[in-house]
Amino acid sequence: MIIADRKPFEEIKELTSKAKNILIAGCDSCVAVCLASGEKEVAVLASELRMQRKMDGLEGEIEEIVNVRQCENEYVDAMRDKVEKADLILSMACGVGVQTLAERFPDKLAYPALNTKFMGRPVEPGVWKENCEGCGHCILHLTGGICPVARCSKSMLNGPCGGSQGGKCEVDPEIDCGWQLIYDRLSRLGQLDALVEIMLSKDWSTSWSGGPRRVIKESAGV
Amino acid sequence: MKSGSNLEKVLSSGHFAVTAELGPPKSCDPEVVEKKAEILKGFADAVNITDNQTAIVRTSSIATGVIVARKGLEPVVQMTCRDRNRIAIQSDLLGAAALGIKNLLCLTGDHQSCGNHPQARGVFDLDAIQLIDMVRRMRDEKKFQCGEEMSVEPRFFIGAAANPFADPFEFQVIRLAKKVTAGAEFIQTQLIYNVEKFARWMKMVREMGLHEKTYILAGVGPIKSAGAARYMKNKVAGMDVPGEIVERLQAASDPKAEGIKLCLDIIEQVRAIEGVAGIHIMAIEWESAVPEIAERAGLLPRPQID
Amino acid sequence: MNQITEDFEPQIVAFCCRYCAYAAADLAGSSRIQYPPNVKIVLLPCSGKVDELYLLKAFEAEADGVYVAGCLEGTCHFLTGNLRAKKRVQYVKSLLDEVGIGGERLEMYNLSSAEGQRFAEIAREMTERIRALGPSPLNQRKSKEGAIK
Repeated sequence: MIIADRKPFEEIKELTSKAKNILIAGCDSCVAVCLASGEKEVAVLASELRMQRKMDGLEGEIEEIVNVRQCENEYVDAMRDKVEKADLILSMACGVGVQTLAERFPDKLAYPALNTKFMGRPVEPGVWKENCEGCGHCILHLTGGICPVARCSKSMLNGPCGGSQGGKCEVDPEIDCGWQLIYDRLSRLGQLDALVEIMLSKDWSTSWSGGPRRVIKESAGV
Repeated sequence: MKSGSNLEKVLSSGHFAVTAELGPPKSCDPEVVEKKAEILKGFADAVNITDNQTAIVRTSSIATGVIVARKGLEPVVQMTCRDRNRIAIQSDLLGAAALGIKNLLCLTGDHQSCGNHPQARGVFDLDAIQLIDMVRRMRDEKKFQCGEEMSVEPRFFIGAAANPFADPFEFQVIRLAKKVTAGAEFIQTQLIYNVEKFARWMKMVREMGLHEKTYILAGVGPIKSAGAARYMKNKVAGMDVPGEIVERLQAASDPKAEGIKLCLDIIEQVRAIEGVAGIHIMAIEWESAVPEIAERAGLLPRPQID
Repeated sequence: MNQITEDFEPQIVAFCCRYCAYAAADLAGSSRIQYPPNVKIVLLPCSGKVDELYLLKAFEAEADGVYVAGCLEGTCHFLTGNLRAKKRVQYVKSLLDEVGIGGERLEMYNLSSAEGQRFAEIAREMTERIRALGPSPLNQRKSKEGAIK
């Protein structure tokens, strides 16, 4: 799922300082699971903002709304009544949600309250890690189900580099060396031969390097 | 004087500047470069050395620039953000300055999907404006992008590109202003075939006073045939080739001669526009056209300034 | 401003677990132990029931100070409720700091149902702390306006 994290309050305070009526729009999908959005988080931010704005002598109302997914027109369009009354929609969705709001409500400001981080999953309570970079051409079958693109700091396809020590990455001892993980897993599976082959340079045109991407599914309309 | 380059001297002394373009070869043959330099020498104040233009691998712009300089022709080294991050760019710029390069044109660069290695991962750590800002700070503040100080700074005359035919039309001038604010001291424009639109763009440039803060060199170039014109019109992004240009070349008995005549006409028209400080002649793989164009446009001899 | 401080009677909300602090308050009452009337008690089935929003809403409702009182660590009726409460209090302290109200206006206490004296002590301690800090920044604005009138 998409992992996000709330912006520091100072920054949110700054970007809402000129608005009068603010609608805080949460999303109950990915970012709710990583505790960045959802009803509780929306209510907490609303409460913080109400108090800060009262102290700063700012007028206006803070409204709250949470819908199932902020990345789908149908859900977003249903917000229209509340949006009408706001000068600013402060989105607590991922970047996709913010852009959906901007597109559906062209006359309203839609600002992000979160920093969208990556595609990943929870590894222990309160900790999420990146797993997928969406490179557009999956090679997990070659690397023991551990992605070198997302989990090696250099996205090396023929790793690990000389900076791998004790299973950790040279970038940060908190980061596991992705290639150590791949090696361990393939070794366990008895498939180390797979690592002997040179993996040729990757076609990055399917990734971010090819510009904004899209997926078309012919069968979708069937 | 920021760099003391010939181009900077010509422009700052109020002469109408002429720059040309020299594309490095798709090989490591220095003779190709030397031959092109021989052709252009004496007909331009400086020549741009392209940096893997259209994302096609060629000899490096810095190495080619050094070969050109040895031949007595001043290079304008082009630097793009596509293939290098800020570390590599700064390192290469220090190297270029150490080898005597004085003019630098800062570009974002064509996307790798345009070239012969569409599988390549694009870098784009910086964009052109960030690059200009970084180079200016290196020169004027003696600082690396991270803020660390350096003992000897690279003294470049900093240039940038502008496309009067890109969209949104009004915003392109604002973007130009950003480049000027970042530190661009000269601007070379995209090839101009739609003079009327260029004139409108220049009007906006003057309204913002940008022509007084930077030297604007109008991009011009001869077209060899109606087919080439049609290709540029339909296939090349960011180009504006009006239909009558294609027709004019189509109707000509000698299209090459007509192409040069057309280029001369455009030079005459853009020279008359207030705020145009020079021309940038792009005749890639037709370098031999440059002396004729410079001659017939009455731009010779080139000024010698000490 | 001095005058406001002198006249200032803090409004304090205490979220109390029924198995310890609430029972201790009862004991304090029946033992006729005095504690400041500034403290308004909210009964919780366990301190672990306390939610970040309860705490924030109390401040929004113009409390000058808030505290949560749960069982001694290791003796929670629901095993870990008081430990959860402790984490939430820590978290809300950070929110109050970033908003500008100040985390020191919120506290977590632990006591047993046998400690009527301790309950009164905590009430006094918190009242004095908040009295020294002055009105919540949320209320200061109003106090100032009130003073002008």
